[in-house]
Amino acid sequence: MSTFSDTVPDGAPDSAFDQGATAAQSVLAPTRPFYWSVRRELWEHRAFYLGPLIAGGVVLFGLVLSVINVSHHLHGAWQDKMRGAGELLAIPYGVAAFAILATAIIVGVFYCLGALHNERRDRSLLFWKSLPVSDLTTVLAKAAMPLVVLPVVTFAIILATQMVMVVLNTLALVLHGMDPAMTFTAVPWGRMTLVLAYGLVAVSLWWAPVYAWLLLVSAWAKRAPFLWAVLPPLALCLVEKIAFDTGNLWSVITYRLGGAFEAAFSYPQKGDEVAHDVLPHIDLGGFLATPGLWSGLVFAVACIAGAVWFRRNREPI
Amino acid sequence: MASIEAKGLRKTFGKSTVALDGVNLKVEEGRILGLIGPNGAGKSTALNAILGLIPFEGDLTVMGRNPWTQRDLLMRDVCFIADVAVLPRWMKVCDAVDYVAGVHPRFDRAKADRFLARTTIKRESRVRELSKGMVTQLHLALVMAIDARLLVLDEPTLGLDLLFRKQFYDTLLNDYFDHTRTIVVTTHQVEEIEDILTDVMFINRGKIVLDSSMGDLETRYVELMAAPQQAAEARLYKPLHERQVFGRSVMLFENVPRERLAPLGELRTPSIADLFVAIIGGASANTLGAAA
Repeated sequence: MSTFSDTVPDGAPDSAFDQGATAAQSVLAPTRPFYWSVRRELWEHRAFYLGPLIAGGVVLFGLVLSVINVSHHLHGAWQDKMRGAGELLAIPYGVAAFAILATAIIVGVFYCLGALHNERRDRSLLFWKSLPVSDLTTVLAKAAMPLVVLPVVTFAIILATQMVMVVLNTLALVLHGMDPAMTFTAVPWGRMTLVLAYGLVAVSLWWAPVYAWLLLVSAWAKRAPFLWAVLPPLALCLVEKIAFDTGNLWSVITYRLGGAFEAAFSYPQKGDEVAHDVLPHIDLGGFLATPGLWSGLVFAVACIAGAVWFRRNREPI
Repeated sequence: MASIEAKGLRKTFGKSTVALDGVNLKVEEGRILGLIGPNGAGKSTALNAILGLIPFEGDLTVMGRNPWTQRDLLMRDVCFIADVAVLPRWMKVCDAVDYVAGVHPRFDRAKADRFLARTTIKRESRVRELSKGMVTQLHLALVMAIDARLLVLDEPTLGLDLLFRKQFYDTLLNDYFDHTRTIVVTTHQVEEIEDILTDVMFINRGKIVLDSSMGDLETRYVELMAAPQQAAEARLYKPLHERQVFGRSVMLFENVPRERLAPLGELRTPSIADLFVAIIGGASANTLGAAA
């Protein structure tokens, strides 16, 4: 750190510690390169937390502006003794979760497109490859970013946003002379958090082939990975439409992009007695029995294997 | 043990481009080898093969390992600076140190800190905010703090000013090299490194055309500045190369005893640049002077 570190004795424990750590590392090495690879991705891609944070901030800002309107609305609902007041109160929480999740997915998509492309373009690949980290470790760390890190970060930020919303809602209720306890009793907190956690895991698994495909294109394409990722599948859809007048591939793609919630949750039908419930029902069995989940995961593994191969073979561009 | 050993090393790109055409080489431990060749001669391809960045044909062993199949293990023993400015531009100096400390079992953080303390690099700066010279200083600090057996430098000082280049090699020699490590360096600024080299190799069109220790060069090659009236006589000894300087002939001889040439003019040991021009410039006229 300082020029004195050679001579001043208090530099010694530091270096002794470092040597100890170094010795330990060479023994327990396997997970360390992975851990540091993930950390370095987070250093580079601050959008992973800044994106969802900003989305949460926007939601809160909107809530502050609308707090008067919403509470007027609630006031009416409360006085009508409407059964679904709690659920009505829960709606903004769902909106906040969706806004943050959507932002996170956009962040994940753009991350994957650049993850194995930018390092070749700016030649920093040569630096990364000069270190004892295998291509497999690197690609797995990059794949873990959208598949593991992003959902965890998103979950934390959604929860934090919702906590601030609770405070704002309570304040609003108090201001309008209503019972602030309603926020805590009427909103199904436990179930909502469980649905959120399950939903995030389900979306990650469902979207794994999308992220993996983007990583593969990122590792392969010499330029314009976005176009290479998007246009060939669209072209195939067009060819299929013209040649056979069918849209199978198109439905596969739209099912993949938009089918996560449908596969993971069961939605109450109209006329059911729980129809007022705005929270979807966790359908773990149904989700695990969806063939699309497993075929998607197989596709994801294949894409990641391909990305590892390209990481090893491709040179800087 | 040899640090690097290649037998019949071949690398082709596509069907027609032969980048390495059956290269045989052996670099012993504790040597500082200069690998010198014109642009497109195969230097970088050779280094890339040695570093496990590209697949190859033939036998190649680096520190006892196959670089293509065991790159990640090899990189515990081998360090390289592939080029100036390959450090990621978004990275903070302190993050770079943390990262290398995290993934490299042989990195000595205290050492890196000492090297960095000698520079004006701020630890919170990002690489993109550093000058080209500072980026090189940072990279060198990271690399020198790694207790590696083999260091490969591919044009490590390209685009740096004279002071930085001088400082780079001085640091390398004084603070890093200890006669058990091996260093392989390629550069176009031959004259700046020839004093530190123990061995030199010329590569041209994918082949090694000269492989010698610096000591052997002195006994093997001699340059004669012949007086005009003696030039014809000197030519009888078949110079490898001849050029005109201020109206006098300067000829380069291989394996001609100095005592025979001494009466014909002034003798001196040729520089690597002179040899480069004579050996490679003669073979391919269009690359003449590429060593300068």
